[in-house]
Amino acid sequence: MKITTQSLCGTMVKEIAAISGENVAKCYQCGKCTAACPVNMAMDILPHQVLRFLQLGLVEAVLNCNTIWICASCFTCAGRCPRGVDLPGVMEALRAILLRKRGFSRFKAGDMPRVLNKGMPEQGIVSGFRKYTK
Amino acid sequence: MPVNLKLQSFEPLIIAFCCNWCSYAGGDLAGTSRMTYPANVRVIRVPCSSRVSSNFILRAFQRGADGVVVAGCHPGDCHYTSGNYFARRRFLLLQRFLEFLGMEPERFQVHWISASEGNRFAAVMTETTDKIRALGPNRKLRDTR
Amino acid sequence: MRRIGVFICWCGTNIANTVNIEGVTEAAGKMPSVIYADNYKYMCSEIGQSMIKEAIIKEKLDRVVVAACSPRMHELTFFKTAAAAGLNPYLVEIANIREHCSWVHKDKQEATGKAIALIRTAVAKAARNKELWATQIPVECRALVIGGGIGGIQAALDIADAGFEVDLVERTPSIGGRMAQLDKTFPTLDCSACILTPKMVEVASHHNITLYTFSEVEKVDGFVGNFEATIRKKARSIDLEKCTGCGICWEKCPSRVKSEFDEALVMRKAVYVPFPQAVPNVPVIDRASCRRFTREKCGICRKACPAGAVNYDQEDEVLQKKYGAIVVATGFDILDLDDFGEFSYGKHPDVLTSLEFERLVNSSGPTGGRLLRPSDQSPPKNVVFIQCVGSRDKSRGKPYCSKICCMYSAKHAILLREKYPEAQAYVFYIDIRTAGKDFEEFHRRAVEEYGALYLKGSVGKVFPDGDKLLVKGVDSLSGHAVEIEADMVVLAAAIKAKSDAPQLARLLGISTDTHSFFTEAHPKLRPVEAHTAGIFLAGACQGPKDIPETVSQASGAAAKAIILLSKDNLLSNPCVSEVNESLCTGCLSCIKVCPYGAVAEKTIEEKIHGKALKRRVAEVNEALCQGCGSCTVSCRPGAVNLKGFTNEQIMAEVDAICL
Repeated sequence: MKITTQSLCGTMVKEIAAISGENVAKCYQCGKCTAACPVNMAMDILPHQVLRFLQLGLVEAVLNCNTIWICASCFTCAGRCPRGVDLPGVMEALRAILLRKRGFSRFKAGDMPRVLNKGMPEQGIVSGFRKYTK
Repeated sequence: MPVNLKLQSFEPLIIAFCCNWCSYAGGDLAGTSRMTYPANVRVIRVPCSSRVSSNFILRAFQRGADGVVVAGCHPGDCHYTSGNYFARRRFLLLQRFLEFLGMEPERFQVHWISASEGNRFAAVMTETTDKIRALGPNRKLRDTR
Repeated sequence: MRRIGVFICWCGTNIANTVNIEGVTEAAGKMPSVIYADNYKYMCSEIGQSMIKEAIIKEKLDRVVVAACSPRMHELTFFKTAAAAGLNPYLVEIANIREHCSWVHKDKQEATGKAIALIRTAVAKAARNKELWATQIPVECRALVIGGGIGGIQAALDIADAGFEVDLVERTPSIGGRMAQLDKTFPTLDCSACILTPKMVEVASHHNITLYTFSEVEKVDGFVGNFEATIRKKARSIDLEKCTGCGICWEKCPSRVKSEFDEALVMRKAVYVPFPQAVPNVPVIDRASCRRFTREKCGICRKACPAGAVNYDQEDEVLQKKYGAIVVATGFDILDLDDFGEFSYGKHPDVLTSLEFERLVNSSGPTGGRLLRPSDQSPPKNVVFIQCVGSRDKSRGKPYCSKICCMYSAKHAILLREKYPEAQAYVFYIDIRTAGKDFEEFHRRAVEEYGALYLKGSVGKVFPDGDKLLVKGVDSLSGHAVEIEADMVVLAAAIKAKSDAPQLARLLGISTDTHSFFTEAHPKLRPVEAHTAGIFLAGACQGPKDIPETVSQASGAAAKAIILLSKDNLLSNPCVSEVNESLCTGCLSCIKVCPYGAVAEKTIEEKIHGKALKRRVAEVNEALCQGCGSCTVSCRPGAVNLKGFTNEQIMAEVDAICL
């Protein structure tokens, strides 16, 4: 893997930073986010690795992983991060990039009453909305 | 007591003359670090290895010690600058003399153990005890009172 | 018949767990001359000590044996206890049944047997102990500081401010040391020269400090309170008094050699001041490279000097001075990187050590602080910093952590970005160690604000690739092997002791550890004192240290020296040699083995069979004698004896131990 100034400061890296408002350099790779994540067993790249890959400018790897879709936006990682990194925000930015490219939202405002009737908790609905809407 | 049984249960008495600044402190460190070595070893504290006279060593053998160790600072590190160099020369002569008398050379040993070498202190004492245990009791110079 | 009391300590459970205290007490009570034996949980406690005091008075004890921890630990405590009860402290003996018995043996029966033997030995010795009194030695109220770096400067200033005279000896032409080479200092990014030079000037102008630059300590004799040092003032070839520091001499000088101060990155002249802020601002002639001295040809500087200060005939001056205390602050070197061929150091001009990088960013350095690549004088865009080059490396380097590299590399990454906002710093590290006030915050700033990319892993190879350097390493966090095209590679070479530290240690009679750093008397409780009384340590000569630590240790060493110097007299160790003149044959073998020159010959007059005879005998100077006892062994008739460790005492110990 070749690291250059261009790969570190590519347009995608800047876009992710702009959408999430987060400086991934803040992360010092302690792994608290992964340790706290309730769904880490299903992820192909672990949450702290998402940040590491972004620090190294490996945007493709994180855009193609299942981790950003498995993430339930439960915010446990952000709540426990000693560096105050908003990892769900970064995940959201990654998803937003893909959703915008695709051009449609998977979860629309009209779907709301249906899932509400199923007894879905409100936090889940908000998270789902954040997760699947461009 | 049958002879062979007595030999099997033979526990040697070993006297170690340790200089106050390095080897005695090394022995202290072995203790503080909770290392173990056989209880056969008994230490006499002297200010410097150069304080140890050959007379003390001969007296120890005469009174029934099975082994004697003199331990001092490493050459060049003597607290008194040059004491251990004198000790080294003196004990080289004594070692030859003891050999001349027919004594096993392992019974009298000189080691350099610094204050930071607790592990070395324990290792030297264990090794010496094992060697002398294998040699059996000192009969050559022991008083036959 | 002696009246000996034996006091056995449990040391809580430390001794009591492996030694049968009751059994030992009973056995001790039956030993010859022992009239009293008792035990207590903590003999060193107030209660334990008053037990001893009471027994001394009530039982009229004339000797005391305390079976407890090592005499190196509590001998003094029990000496004081005895003295408080009116007993001469040297009548107390310690049997070490903790460090040398209960802590090293597991079997209770064995340990108990050994404890009894050790007490028996101590009792036998104690029975032959005699009262001894310490004498008073006057203290020379002047200190010697060896090394003129920030450690030596701080120590000298503190001692001088306390009102004592200080001589500061520095080997190079100027004081300042390593700190003078640095550009900025972490974690505040203070300019190093800006905070150092005022101190250097203060040293030069302080009325209590005499500065000896371009000088070396050649010999140290004597002992605490009364050292005698031989200082060689090397011939500077320039008159310190006449020189105005105008600089014409080095402008005109035709000889050029690599500058030591600038880490050989540029040339200096044969007549030179190492750096512009040098104190004293007086050049020296480096005779090894000066044409006048090598070929007897030149003479330009003498002709050019408007002050007539150049003197080619100047000779080394040797001074003899007396000191009460010595502070050693000789600093460090950096590891030679010959064994680390994979980094191409020495083969490619753009692979630098951190100290060379430091000179390149320094505004007084070879590039005027512009930070240019040595190969083509172009500004670097990608700079790779490699940590732990030789540090934490058991096989090729040093096993210890050099302590300052994590911080100065973060500083370098910041300085790089400040000089060139577009440049990128990459730092390969094994661990980041930033223990220190504001250190971690500083390191995080380098990462978050200055965008340094930290890669956890090592570098396997650096090789030239066109006009760049290809760095092959690993980022073990992501699991990727990494390649970086760098313009410059900076190696954080390990700190090591000065190569001549062992010689200096021998000269001073202090000890060094396996890496030639000077050893402190106790790693926790006596961190600024050397093993030899009256000698104190400051700075990286004792182990890798940063500036704040060096300065605090230097002030600590200075405080210790001031404590010593502020005493009019010191109490001497009374355990010194004495000569029994009636036995002495005057062979004087003892003089030859004495390391302190404490034995001398004298002539006495005796009346034998009514006839007055003159006879030569040996005499011990009790102030000089340190009590090693080497002379006692060399004495053929047995006339010399060491008080506190007499032949009779040790023989009695041998006999008792063999019982």
